[in-house]
Amino acid sequence: MLRLPPFELATPSSIEQALELLERHGERAMILGGGTDLLPNMKHELFTPNVVVSLAGIKELNGIRVGAEGTLEIGAMTTLEEVAGNPRVRERAPALAQATAVVAGPQHREMATIGGNVMLDTRCRWYNQSYFWRSALGFCLKKDGEVCHVVRGGRNCVAAASNDSAPALMTVGARLHLRGPGGARELALDDLWTADGTWNKRSARNELLVSITIPAGPAGHRGAYLKLRQRGSIDFPLLGVAVRVDLDEQGDVLDADLVLGALQARPLRVKAAAKLLRGTHPDPSPSFAGALDTVAEAARRRCKPVANIPGDADYRRAMVPVYVRRAFARALDLEQDGSGATNSSVRRRA
Amino acid sequence: MLGLPQARVRVIQPCLGGAFGGKSDPFSLEICAAKLSMITGRPVKFLWTREEIFYAHRGRHPMEMRYRTGADRSGRLRAVDAEILIDGGAYSSYGLVTTYYSGQLLTGPYDFPAYRFRSTRVFTNKPPCGPKRGHGSVQPRFAFEVQLDRMAEAAGIDPIEIRRINFQGANTRTVNDQRITSNGFLDCLDAVERASCWRDRHGRLPRGRGLGVAGSMYISGTNYPIYPNSMPHSGIQLQVDRSGLVTVFTGGNDIGQGASTMVAAVVAEELGVDPEDVRVVAADTDLCPVDLGAYSSRVTFMGGNAAIDAARKLRRRVVDTVAAAWGVDAARVRMRLGRVEDRDGVVDSISARDAFRIAEEMQGTLGETGSYTTQELGGDYRGGKIGASPAYSFTAHVVEVAVDEESGRIDCRKVWIAHDCGRALNPMLVAGQMEGSAYMGIAEALMESHEIDERGLHRGPSLLDYPLPTAVDTPELHSLIVESIDPEGPYGAKEAGEGPLHPALPAISNALHDALGIRLTRLPFTPARVLEALRGQRALAGA
Repeated sequence: MLRLPPFELATPSSIEQALELLERHGERAMILGGGTDLLPNMKHELFTPNVVVSLAGIKELNGIRVGAEGTLEIGAMTTLEEVAGNPRVRERAPALAQATAVVAGPQHREMATIGGNVMLDTRCRWYNQSYFWRSALGFCLKKDGEVCHVVRGGRNCVAAASNDSAPALMTVGARLHLRGPGGARELALDDLWTADGTWNKRSARNELLVSITIPAGPAGHRGAYLKLRQRGSIDFPLLGVAVRVDLDEQGDVLDADLVLGALQARPLRVKAAAKLLRGTHPDPSPSFAGALDTVAEAARRRCKPVANIPGDADYRRAMVPVYVRRAFARALDLEQDGSGATNSSVRRRA
Repeated sequence: MLGLPQARVRVIQPCLGGAFGGKSDPFSLEICAAKLSMITGRPVKFLWTREEIFYAHRGRHPMEMRYRTGADRSGRLRAVDAEILIDGGAYSSYGLVTTYYSGQLLTGPYDFPAYRFRSTRVFTNKPPCGPKRGHGSVQPRFAFEVQLDRMAEAAGIDPIEIRRINFQGANTRTVNDQRITSNGFLDCLDAVERASCWRDRHGRLPRGRGLGVAGSMYISGTNYPIYPNSMPHSGIQLQVDRSGLVTVFTGGNDIGQGASTMVAAVVAEELGVDPEDVRVVAADTDLCPVDLGAYSSRVTFMGGNAAIDAARKLRRRVVDTVAAAWGVDAARVRMRLGRVEDRDGVVDSISARDAFRIAEEMQGTLGETGSYTTQELGGDYRGGKIGASPAYSFTAHVVEVAVDEESGRIDCRKVWIAHDCGRALNPMLVAGQMEGSAYMGIAEALMESHEIDERGLHRGPSLLDYPLPTAVDTPELHSLIVESIDPEGPYGAKEAGEGPLHPALPAISNALHDALGIRLTRLPFTPARVLEALRGQRALAGA
């Protein structure tokens, strides 16, 4: 069996205590949210912290609140299950509710936290393996080695951002509230990412994600998240598609957004979506279907998935336009459910 | 290996499940644990990671198969010619048997007058392959049943009908000289045809949805013992306690399939006692007589017959002594419902416990042994004993799929499994085996793949990257038990543990053809392969 390497568990009851622990132990400390990703990674010896700082005892990191001006505030330690089922999240950010509902399996979602999913380590099939396997490989750029096995001769790590929540949060303009030794700071989620798969975030290791806020949106907000994965549960995304469409009172598109996940080290925004959809009128007509096809094709051109995560990269690329079209159709209630295989979350049985 | 005489070694099987053939070989960890324990004087336990299991276990053999099948205009099979290349991995395991099985087990439930197979197993520097649920016969069955479907299409015959036309019948001999006794295959076809509403739905569902059928045959134990000897295949020992408890000692190993439940039920049936009053002590070499083990679906057939043998001898002794004590003819004495009674009602009945006491008073310590050995069977040619079984089980599946043409994703919705297990001694356990088998077949058809990459590394050495269907990926499974009462099985029982796996793989492929007109012949049926087949179809239509 794979065993956890030994570590010391610290259980602070306040943010200050947690920050003090992170400061004191520096690189030797890691933050534990729900543990659904950190612990398997520790078993694979991808991380070998001496001190694991559990945030479970910090009450203020929990829960979903509506603040001034209708801002939705989600504590970093709120479980994915709670986010997925929260009526305010469903109303303000349906894409996020859908995304958090299809992370891993039901048991994981009861443990896993939204903060942990946003801050998830990138994934790669040459990286998320046991120490034995990786040593047989000769290791890789991201951990213990010097070469990339995805892109031969590549100097940059291309491990994939595999967090379902991130693309969904990006479509609704989410902001992160971080605390560090230098105090509090706020950062647009868009600005968190770097293209470096080794550590794809611009936050410091001794910073703590406290909460995520989503500003109030227009009344005509629509959103959806679709996930391509091999099975109907448990699996990480082979492709994630988050969309937003804001409609005006006439039902015309005011603004739109499209963010794709699980392709490269950072979630990928397809800016053309907004340009192509603004001013269109969503309905089952061929002209709107044509507009969606154009967006889907723009997305396909933009995406060049590499063989970083398991699964056929060509197949993942071929699915980009299909899932983009379906995600918009879902957000706008234009779904034509032919086979029942449109989403990979919950299957409707005949 | 341990430098000990056999009599100094005791093996106790713990409560452990999930072998499916994978524990047939002697494994390094068994020897290492024993040796380390001898050195340290301490108990030693091995816990492999999933990755280590993938390197060390015996997986199903990948096969490349070419079949030529001939039939006349009426759809009757005339000849089958197979060429099979088997990837054995690094060690031989039972690979020789696998190689024979790959040809020997195809000769039912259909009759064909001419048959040739050429099977070659090659060593590769990959993890070794060995016996796996449906040893050596799941792969050829897949190839053949898909080809039979093409044959039906070419001849313009309904796929279920072509299987009926070629049915071999009961009490017959196969082309490779195996003896077939009971055979409920036609009932299996009828059952899945009815339950799936085949006649109204096959070929008539909207594009993207389809039904597929396949059939199969499997052995109920092999005549050829796992190591050559002429001693019994199964032994049973019974001991009767003064409390009325009957203890069954069996070498048969319960690995979750219900072997111990089965022998308890058989002994209780014979002695007319409550199954609660039968205790089973299993798989301990110090205590139990030899049983060759849980492989080749032999436990119910062989262990069951040994248990009947022992229990009938014991009943005879109890009945005879009670009859003598009562001064009545032994034919009048019956054991049932925990009591021993006079058929004619002249003498008052007594409890089984009192009857056991009378028997012990008059005969001394009460116990019995029983055993089962198969008769000489099989063809008179090299390898002709491989595939010879005292009885064969038969299965038919109909699978319903819905395929998303844009994404290539297959939604396997329903499987109807009809299986002829002779008499179902425990219908719930039989249905459990049928559902589990179908599930395993679906997993192999849709997901499982032992890929070793160009660097010699396993591509999915964990249960995350080697996916199996979760509860939401599993179709509705409908078990339809068919009972052809076998003349030699215990109360007519045959196997149910392996046979019901076979048709799942070809039935899904055949259903994909009904849904979209594509034929997938390479496993697993990934969405990318579905899309590739659809591209091929479009190219052909355009040309």
